Amino acid sequence: MSNQIDMMIEAIAPTTSRRLPVSRLVGFALLALLAVAAIGGPDLIGKDPAKQSLLDTLQGPSAEHPLGTDNLGRDMTARLLSGAQLSLSLAFLSVITAGLPGTLLGVVAAWFGGWTDRLLGAFADAVLALPGLLLVLMLAAISPGSWWALYAGISLTLWVEYFRYTRQRARIVLAEPSVEASRLLGLGPWLLIRRHLIPEIGPGLLTIAAFGAATAVTAVAALGFVSVGVRPPTAEWGVMMTELLPYWREAPFLILQPVGCLVLTVLALHLSVGGLRRS
Amino acid sequence: MTPFAKAALATLATRGVQAIIVALIVGMVSFAMMQALPGDAAYRIAAGRYGYDMMDAASAEAVRIELGLDQPALVQMWTWLKALAQFDLGTSAVYGTSVAEEIGAQLGYSLLLAAGAVITSLLIALPVGIVTGLRPGGVLDRMTLAVSIFLRAIPAFALGIVLVLVFAVQLKLFPVAGFTEASNLVLPSLTLGLGLAAVSNRVVRDAVAEAMSADWRLFARTKGLSARLTLTRHVLRNASVPVVAYIGVQLAYLIEGVVIVESVFAWPGIGHALVHAIFGRDIAMVQGTALVLGLTYVALNLCIDLACRGIDPRGRAA
Repeated sequence: MSNQIDMMIEAIAPTTSRRLPVSRLVGFALLALLAVAAIGGPDLIGKDPAKQSLLDTLQGPSAEHPLGTDNLGRDMTARLLSGAQLSLSLAFLSVITAGLPGTLLGVVAAWFGGWTDRLLGAFADAVLALPGLLLVLMLAAISPGSWWALYAGISLTLWVEYFRYTRQRARIVLAEPSVEASRLLGLGPWLLIRRHLIPEIGPGLLTIAAFGAATAVTAVAALGFVSVGVRPPTAEWGVMMTELLPYWREAPFLILQPVGCLVLTVLALHLSVGGLRRS
Repeated sequence: MTPFAKAALATLATRGVQAIIVALIVGMVSFAMMQALPGDAAYRIAAGRYGYDMMDAASAEAVRIELGLDQPALVQMWTWLKALAQFDLGTSAVYGTSVAEEIGAQLGYSLLLAAGAVITSLLIALPVGIVTGLRPGGVLDRMTLAVSIFLRAIPAFALGIVLVLVFAVQLKLFPVAGFTEASNLVLPSLTLGLGLAAVSNRVVRDAVAEAMSADWRLFARTKGLSARLTLTRHVLRNASVPVVAYIGVQLAYLIEGVVIVESVFAWPGIGHALVHAIFGRDIAMVQGTALVLGLTYVALNLCIDLACRGIDPRGRAA
């Protein structure tokens, strides 16, 4: 198992070249666009994503509804933006919630070694005993439709990668002669971590964060799609897909909108850290 | 005992511990589910069984006593664990049938889908990976990289929706959903297989490229072995270790994919049953399906571990 995780970490390791490739710039640009849309979009549009109008269902694009209306006459633009807000904020929060303790515990495990290392490692293994989505699904089952269950479940599955990556790298870094020299100079642990460890693991952590955010966005949509995640009438991309699927014939452009948003978000996150390893 | 057998035993022990952890996690979650249920479970189950118009307080009471819902939650969890040790998964609260029997029927379908997905992914990833790995940096290599990145970004269920809309609804080449004939297998397998192949074709490519530039390959060519024999006898065998190990990494994706994609295609498998049971608050069914999915995951991981040891006699592989 641990070797497989190492392989995964290796497969997502960032490229080491100094110059940013075009694909990463495209990823950053897309990501910035999505973030701005999610933060400012709903207020800018100023429309209620839940307001129904049964006389204007399944409309095509118009001046009033730039992306049309759904099966209950709700404005698609407002719903997509509201969905972006929900998915991106949840992804952002769970990445932070998973990343900070995960990294910290990784350093702790590598620093102290011995039983601390073994206990933390065993806890990480226990989380890995189930596929991540299955764990999220089961936590969502305890309290269906709740934002908190999704947040807790996703954070719980994501922290392991930070932990394993940090522990593995920190072990190597802390054993280097340069660290030994700094120690002999009498430099404290905080300085050692800041000067030696963080520059070493920073880029890798960013990669894990981007992939983790993509996992979170996908999980929210997947659970929404199979009706065990966020509940209607909340505007969420996965929920919207379920709602619009029966109207494929009348309005094919509608179902493709949430699908497109989801794919674009995941693509932006993947590209921003270099996509797949280029060797 | 040989070091090889020792290592295999250690793997077995690790996976055994994981299996126990899976059972405990599933047990704890089910326990929490029972605690968190809003309203009276007995009424809901009775309504599910007899219909909302046909149920009354008496039938709810009967359900309560039949399922032991009047017992404290801890007692219920203990009962479940005890029954589990005797391979008894209990009775579905909604259908009133044995959970083990339901799962026995569903597991086959899920394994069929998983096998279809892995075979599809290998059929795509192996040729693509080998061809691009023989010429790394070429036009074809860069094109497949772009396609792979794009495919990787499409979540399985979104890809499923698009494939259904294009191939089933629009072109009418394959059935939309359910399972009545073999052609039903095509779209769900393709959905999952494409997702798997998106990454594994790059792993094949990297492995082949690495093997092609190895010293021993040059030696094999120098001693007069033909290019074709070098490829089939040496390069592909060496490249197969990371490829098989990577199937292990993809198992989590596969199991997660099975759960969600089955729902897209109304596939009568265990993942669909799990989602359905969560939606219907059928705790025994959730327990059973989650447990079997988790244990299948552990068991498949074990198979991959052993397969890697089998292929690579040095015993250092994953």
